[in-house]
Amino acid sequence: MKNQVGREIPDELLKQYGKKVFSGSFVRSEDTYQKTGPCVHNYIDPTQSKMVSSIHEALVKCKIHDGMVLSFHHHFRDGDKIVNMVMEEVAKMGVKDITICASSLGSAHDPVAKLIEDGVVTGIQTSGVRGKIGEAISHGKLKNPAIIRSHGGRVRAIEEGDVHIDIAFIGAPTSDEYGNARGVGGKSDCGVLSYAMVDAKYADRVVVVTDCMVPFPNYPASISMTDVDYVCKVDCIGDPNKIVSNAVRMTKDVRELNMAHYCTQLIAESPYFKDGFSFQTGAGGASLAVNTMLRPIMEEKNIHMSFAIGGITKPICDLLEAGLVRNIVDAQDFDLGSIESLKNDANHYEISTSAYANPMNKGAFVNRLDFVILGALEVDVNFNVNVVTGSNGVLRGAPGGHPDTAAGSKCSIMVAPLIRGRIPTVCDQVVTVVTPGEDVDIVVTDYGIAINPRRQDLIEAYKDSNLPFCTIEELRDKAYAIVGTPEQVQFKDKVVGILEARDGSILDVIREVKPFEFKD
Amino acid sequence: MRNPNLKRLRRTMMFLNCQKPNLIKDPYIYKPDSIMLDLEDAVAENQKDAARYSLYHALKEIDYHGVERVVRINGLATPHWQEDVRVCVAGGADVIRISKTETAEDVHRVEAAVEAAEKEFEVPVGRTLLMAALESAKGVMNAYEICNSSERLFGIALSGGDYSKDLQTVITGTGVEFAGARQSMIVAARAAGKQCFDTVFTNLDDMEGFAKEVLMIKQMGFDGKSIINPRQIETVHRIFTPSEKEIIFAEKVVREIDEKRAKGIGVFTVDGKMIDIAFYDGSKRTLSLAKAAGVYEGEL
Repeated sequence: MKNQVGREIPDELLKQYGKKVFSGSFVRSEDTYQKTGPCVHNYIDPTQSKMVSSIHEALVKCKIHDGMVLSFHHHFRDGDKIVNMVMEEVAKMGVKDITICASSLGSAHDPVAKLIEDGVVTGIQTSGVRGKIGEAISHGKLKNPAIIRSHGGRVRAIEEGDVHIDIAFIGAPTSDEYGNARGVGGKSDCGVLSYAMVDAKYADRVVVVTDCMVPFPNYPASISMTDVDYVCKVDCIGDPNKIVSNAVRMTKDVRELNMAHYCTQLIAESPYFKDGFSFQTGAGGASLAVNTMLRPIMEEKNIHMSFAIGGITKPICDLLEAGLVRNIVDAQDFDLGSIESLKNDANHYEISTSAYANPMNKGAFVNRLDFVILGALEVDVNFNVNVVTGSNGVLRGAPGGHPDTAAGSKCSIMVAPLIRGRIPTVCDQVVTVVTPGEDVDIVVTDYGIAINPRRQDLIEAYKDSNLPFCTIEELRDKAYAIVGTPEQVQFKDKVVGILEARDGSILDVIREVKPFEFKD
Repeated sequence: MRNPNLKRLRRTMMFLNCQKPNLIKDPYIYKPDSIMLDLEDAVAENQKDAARYSLYHALKEIDYHGVERVVRINGLATPHWQEDVRVCVAGGADVIRISKTETAEDVHRVEAAVEAAEKEFEVPVGRTLLMAALESAKGVMNAYEICNSSERLFGIALSGGDYSKDLQTVITGTGVEFAGARQSMIVAARAAGKQCFDTVFTNLDDMEGFAKEVLMIKQMGFDGKSIINPRQIETVHRIFTPSEKEIIFAEKVVREIDEKRAKGIGVFTVDGKMIDIAFYDGSKRTLSLAKAAGVYEGEL
């Protein structure tokens, strides 16, 4: 059955998963649902200890068995050691058929690819997948299709019961022996534990894994003792050098700076740029530069930002310190500067991913966003965006908060170079739809800027602007004129991944890749 | 017919290695006045033919959106330059930059090859312009004769790397080693009615030093500067673009001179400054520079 973005979703898949096809970003706005709940193992006896001596003991106490769902967060990014530590033990114990439900997976987790081949891991549900796991999935090695969701969509899926977590393993830079865990302190400081908050609330068993025990009470806690079953002290939960950067790189690339300049002007000339506006940007070169470029304009016009949100970096914290940003709401930290700000600035807050982006709670921060600046691997002429599959069709990216912020914000701006190597970014049809075109407002490239025709109000607002506007078709034509019209990536029939929309419907499927066959 | 491009705006000439498709596919997005596609030093000796092939197709296929396409050909002492000229003309390059020029005869040799190629490829004779890079003491000493060597030649450029070696010194960043060459070249160029361009500034991390040097060569009278990175474009254009104050003053001077001349008045004051006919050309040049830079839309 074809969905609203023109993707053919196999009927048997819809039946098997009890899913609907995507039919618009806001069709569930009148829906109600009953939240699911965890099975709670109480600690009524005050003499009971939560401490376990090893991951093995934690798994035994949690009664690990075939077919369970284990969850993880990705605040330690490429420095994470928890997933491999746990999964190695699971494999040693001879357990099979595990589903990993992670907020994201990256190249730090390459060893999991082998466990996929061995049948230890048969399901993956995540908001991002890179490295060898992505390749294993795309080559059809995972038994069940991987389910890819946005950050907000993952919270929704857990709260609505689409996925039920049996055991959540929560790596924490510090914890006390009763399970109050924080993202700050210790040797693996990651700032916040936002992604893990929903896991702690909805998993049957919650295991905090830390390499730094601190005295009770470790407060204010990111993860509360009220939700934690066990605490496991290990030697090392992560590599600090890969958890956050010492300092994010400020680009000197003129192409990126030009695009940043376009984004900055778009914001400054838009009707939403007024005192109290809100803003999210990523850690990419052009996105980061926008923070710096906005500053003089905000100062000149005496405009203050009510809140900045998202993955946080030092440049936005500098604006907080300068009084140009009133609040930072933080769901992830990318550099040491942002962690320092979180520790020291009373207006820099840790929030849960549900508060950040869950589409089906009673209101998330993304709904209050004016502007978001996002990257894109591909954008098609219908403004659909792909940030998950590469030009060879292999899974290698993360929706993260992309679909959430695009849908929630008043003005979503995609920024990407028009061509990368010989690959056009703007094209006829993206390989995988991750963010539907109806939520994408403006596409900024080094060659020009296209506004989504659905946003006639924005087209009208910029009618006197000197910015280099053109149509999305013109951008595509420019790209194709330089690198040629690309052949479509070729796939086999087998569905290896399901791309879920924020509301749980199916936006697209990812199929098994096959070697490219040239025509005679 | 005199080539209308002889006197165009050339504040920035950005070097690009012809061997790197990623560099030459779209430099126009940075909006330099000219790009300089290099067949000479940036290209390894055994890659000269590959670079020429790439250059030809770039010139033929890519729309550079009005950015002038200069090609730096190999020196006249090499076996490459004649084929370089044929490829440039066949591809439709706007300008050939003659490297290591030392005499008017050097220009004549290239000019003859260009004319032959224009006939061979049925390109209008005179379409391809020339500029000369002076890279030695001898070249600088002959700057005036070189400037006057050809109708096609619109200007000369200092090439600092080889020139400092020829002077048996090194580049210090202070500009002291180039002082004589810069002074001689700008005087020679102006005496011959030609343009004059400064050498590259290679330290990309020293934007302050770069800006100082651009300010200095502008003050000396240079028309522009060779650059090695798009990061340098904004600085040069900013410094070479007349300020609002300069534009307003130049506009007043031109209007007043036109008006007073009709009334038979030779000397008068504008904003308290003494003005006579000697200010006319300079003010006109300021306005055309402002117009070309897109900051002046007046009718003068």
